[in-house]
Formats: sequence, C-alpha cells, structure tokens
Amino acid sequence: MSALANVLEAEGLATVGISLVRGQAVSGRAPRMLHCEFPLGRPLGRPGDASFQHRVLAAAFALLARDDVPVLVDFPERIDDEAGAPLACMLPPHHDPSQHPAAAEVMGLRAAYERTFAVTSRTNVCRSGGADRIADLVMAFVRIGDGAAHDDVGIEPQALGAAALDIRGYYEEAALSLVDHVPAARQAESWFYRQTLAGTALRRARAALAAAGVSRGIWFSFVPAGQPVADPSG
Amino acid sequence: MGSTDDVIRAGVEGLEAFDFGVTQHTTAPELGRARVAIVTTAGLRPDGVGVWTHGQGFAVLDASDRDFTLAHVSPNFDRVGVAADLNVVYPIDRLDELAASGVIGSVAPRHFSFMGAQPDHTLTTIRLDTGPAVAKMLRDDGVDVVVLTPV
Repeated sequence: MSALANVLEAEGLATVGISLVRGQAVSGRAPRMLHCEFPLGRPLGRPGDASFQHRVLAAAFALLARDDVPVLVDFPERIDDEAGAPLACMLPPHHDPSQHPAAAEVMGLRAAYERTFAVTSRTNVCRSGGADRIADLVMAFVRIGDGAAHDDVGIEPQALGAAALDIRGYYEEAALSLVDHVPAARQAESWFYRQTLAGTALRRARAALAAAGVSRGIWFSFVPAGQPVADPSG
Repeated sequence: MGSTDDVIRAGVEGLEAFDFGVTQHTTAPELGRARVAIVTTAGLRPDGVGVWTHGQGFAVLDASDRDFTLAHVSPNFDRVGVAADLNVVYPIDRLDELAASGVIGSVAPRHFSFMGAQPDHTLTTIRLDTGPAVAKMLRDDGVDVVVLTPV
C-alpha cells in the first residue's frame, strides 16, 4: 500500500493511508499514514459503527495538512481480536440419518446463511459453486482428513484453498444471523474452527496434507495462523 | 501472550518494502473542496469472482456499487467484519456522509482495488504500469485526495 501511495503522490494526488502493520508503514515510507492497532481485516475498526469509522477517517484526513512527509501517526485507541473467546453460537439441528454429520451440519446452517444474505445482499461464498456445494466440499475435506489422496476427492488440488475459504465464509456468514451483534474479530473464526465439524475437517485435512509432504501452496488457505493445529491421526 | 493478530503482525512486520529513496509528496487541497477516492488493497472485485486473478493489476469499483467479493488470497485476517459491513474496509458510505455534510467536497465516481500481500516486493508492475494508470483515471475523474485502505 505504501508503494501505491508513493506512485499516486508522484502523479499529483494527495494520499493518506490507514496502516494495520506498523513495521510495513515505517519501511514503506508512505507520505501520510495513520497507524491503527485494529484487527487485521478491519482497518476502519468497528463494523456497523459509523461514528467510530468517522473518527478514524477524521484522524486520517487531519494528516493531509502535513507537508513534513513521511508522517506516521498512531490512532489513540486499540482494538484487539478475540480469537480466544469463540462465538457462543448454537448450531441449528438438521436430522437426516442418511447424511454424514458434517453434511447435516452444513444443511442445518443454510437458513441462517440465507438470512444473512437477505440483509447484506452480498456473499463471499462464490469460488466453488455457491452455497449449494458446501456440503459436498466439506465431505471432500473430511475424506482428505481420513486419508484420501487430495487429488482424488473431486476437487482440483489447486482449487482446494478456494473451497476452504468458501466453507469458512458460509459458516461465518451464517453465524452473523445466529447472534444479535457483529462478533468481535476472529470470534466467528474460532467458533468455526474449534466448534464445528466442518472447521475440524479443514484442520484435519491441513494436518494430513502437511504430514504427507504435500506442497504448502495447496493447504495454506485451509486454516488461518493462530488456530489450533489438528492431530492428523485424530 | 499477545493476540492472534499480534502473532501474525510479528511475522510480517519486517517484510522487505520497495525503497523509493525519497517519499513522494503532493500538497493536499482544502478538504472541503477536495474530491476523494478510495484505493484499497483488499482485493475487492465487482464481478462476483472470489479469486484475485489480476496479479498486480486492479479492479474498478463504481461508486454506486456495494456488491463486492473479497478476493484477497490470505486466510490470515478477519473476514466477518467486512461480511457484516463493507465500510470497515471500504468506507464508501462514510465518504458519502462526509460529502453530504460538506466536510469533503465530493466523492469520486470510481474507486480502485488492488491486492496486497504481493509476493514480489519490488511491485514493478504497480510502480510502472497499473499504479500510474489508476492515477490517470483518478485525475480524469477530478480526484484530489485518495484514502488508502488495507485489509
């Protein structure tokens, strides 16, 4: 982002950037940066809080008056992620004895996912065929975790990472309709990876592929840093 | 023990950045007269595609559009915030409010998205091609000020 700032300034545009990684803001020497110690993924700080977002923008715009570049100023408030406090989120039941429990879990969340979509009109479940495919995708990861070859589960190996992001997105978007507030950063992520069968499937698949020496590029996107690593034999 | 983000930040704080030598600088106009645009490195796409395929290229975001996908490749940031409120990454509604109240002059008709975390830290294409191309489009739209947001 600092490179873009320098390019745009050289082309006659005044810029101010929001930084989430202070070291990169320092080394990039962008002309005007407001460093915000906010969760990664939330540079304006608080989703759904227009007043807070305006305060961040006001602090950023205040730097436009500075000509003593490079300028790097810290926003005075800090927001931490809450990965250690998973969302308290009940999984809606879906009883179908003919289905694998993980597939039934996916189906149980479908109504919640649709409710979120009805509110936001947006979804990030868009890489692998949409919400209709999530149960099949989860089952592919279940099979990998159980020892199946990653190139024999019906998904191109290079598309497994995108499929993992779609599964995670489906659960996280569903979670927004299962609680009455926007969760703190990483709370829904921790709920997904630590308390759902699909999240467990992704962690087991990642562990299985890493143990088998499969290229990191295949499984890198399955599980974010900070979430617990699964025992591949578990 | 720090937060998860602290751990991730520690891993990327020291990544090498391209050295421009001298920080570039344009004096900003008075904010109340400025036309403001957003340039984000969140990898937002307006076409429903969830995978970033533009390399060091960019996507054009129409100011009236809110239906974007978050195509950034990294799994290592919170994705729920932007799922709940696009403005937490792309503060377009906030800019509209600031224009309506006269704090800024106006909001640009087009905004732009790149993807951060590029594996090639020299960013040659951005520096020499796509960055200047976006600058020209911004100037063509009468933009004076750019707000840059990461994800």
